[in-house]
Amino acid sequence: MKIDAKQVEDVARELYIRALKILPPDVKEGFARLAAAETDATARKVLGTMITNIRVAEDTENLLCQDTGIPIYNVTIGRGVEVIGTELKSAIRKGCERATREHPLRSSIVHPITRKNEHTSCGPGVPAIHFEFSDAPETLVIEMVPKGSGSENNSWLKMAIPAEGVGAIKTFVIDCVLEAGGKTCPPTIVGVGIGGTSDLCVALAKQAATRALGTTSSDAEGAALEKSLTEAVNSLGVGPQGLGGDSTAFAVHVEIAATHITMNPVAVNMQCHSARRASASFTPAGVEYGF
Amino acid sequence: MTHHAFTMPITEPQARALRVNDTVTLEGALYGIRDANLIAIFDKGRKTRFDMNGHAAIHTAPNVRKVPVSAQNPTGYEPMCVGTTTSARMERFTAPLLEQHGLRLIIGKGGLGAGSLAAFAKWGGAYLAIIGGTAALETTWIEAIEDVDLDDLNPESIWKFRVRGFGPLLVAMDSHGASLYDEVDRKARARRENTLARLGVK
Repeated sequence: MKIDAKQVEDVARELYIRALKILPPDVKEGFARLAAAETDATARKVLGTMITNIRVAEDTENLLCQDTGIPIYNVTIGRGVEVIGTELKSAIRKGCERATREHPLRSSIVHPITRKNEHTSCGPGVPAIHFEFSDAPETLVIEMVPKGSGSENNSWLKMAIPAEGVGAIKTFVIDCVLEAGGKTCPPTIVGVGIGGTSDLCVALAKQAATRALGTTSSDAEGAALEKSLTEAVNSLGVGPQGLGGDSTAFAVHVEIAATHITMNPVAVNMQCHSARRASASFTPAGVEYGF
Repeated sequence: MTHHAFTMPITEPQARALRVNDTVTLEGALYGIRDANLIAIFDKGRKTRFDMNGHAAIHTAPNVRKVPVSAQNPTGYEPMCVGTTTSARMERFTAPLLEQHGLRLIIGKGGLGAGSLAAFAKWGGAYLAIIGGTAALETTWIEAIEDVDLDDLNPESIWKFRVRGFGPLLVAMDSHGASLYDEVDRKARARRENTLARLGVK
């Protein structure tokens, strides 16, 4: 299956806009679950406003949140896919820029030193584009994540040591949630990366934070930690928007990689309640959009 | 828990009458401020022609569309999606905004710190919490962009919105030293040891 760069550009444009407007069904279900269980009166009102906003965004075809985020595109290439990598990257970049100019969207991207905004949502190294591979025959999937800055500004890495054990990992997650308070726009998805190198650990935390609700870590130890940490985080009482309540996180997600005998790294990256993402699947039958 | 319907601007006694857990709805003018324009004013010596005396400002940078200048869109900007950004980054600007510009109300999400709480007490102001991430809803309370200043910083210009029924907003920090964020943070930190013990951390 041959991938057409022009089509990738159109899809990359469409994905950015879709992601900003339509919340994935798993996140909507997450809201319903939290609202049904919440015991704090203020928190119930706050969750109600968030749920109303999802409906207003769809009814008015408006963005869920004004923060257009840092654009991230995750590309998964299956078997028998013929594509020129550099052309694919530049097509995604062009699509991202076109979405910004044509919709139009607020460009939230500036040069980190000059702070100059090119009004394209692009700059050196941005959009972030990641590549992965799968065994799916003749399938290429592009996932788009507009990562909001309120949650992204709350990202942490701790190079713990083996003598500190798994206790250091658990303590670190709890302390990050306390430190974040209302700044991350809770209820959040708390992404935890465990193991790897420093950079791999942080990347795992981001994968965990942007994974669909209802999915679990493929590692048995990771899955067990997800369960106990979700319960623990929601016993702290931070609540939606940091105004108190039971609904601090939809879930804690854990992603794991092997690490060095001397190392015990843990990273936390959070996703805000506007846990936006959109995806498109290219197959010989055409392009299909999803989440 | 009292509801206050304010037509902006307001007086110092009106700001001081606010108590945490009260609610507020705004009518009239609302200024949009954030990182770049506050850095420009307080660190780089730039001036704004806006008079914020007695007014409210929201931590924001909107999505706007360029349109022909008209009575409805006097700046040539139409508001598309107006939401709220995390207030904590703007902490050090609260005191000078109240002292030098006479601002009374700051609207934001996630709360402000001890310096801001002291400034609200000293100058007579309050922090009103809006629900972050609900910009589609918030946009329905915006009538128009009336004016814009320091627009070379776009989208981080200083915006002057005209709002109708903007709220209800929750008074989360008041001029009497009360902060809902401090209260929640204190309670949450008090639960830390028990939470860690249940996780088996020794």
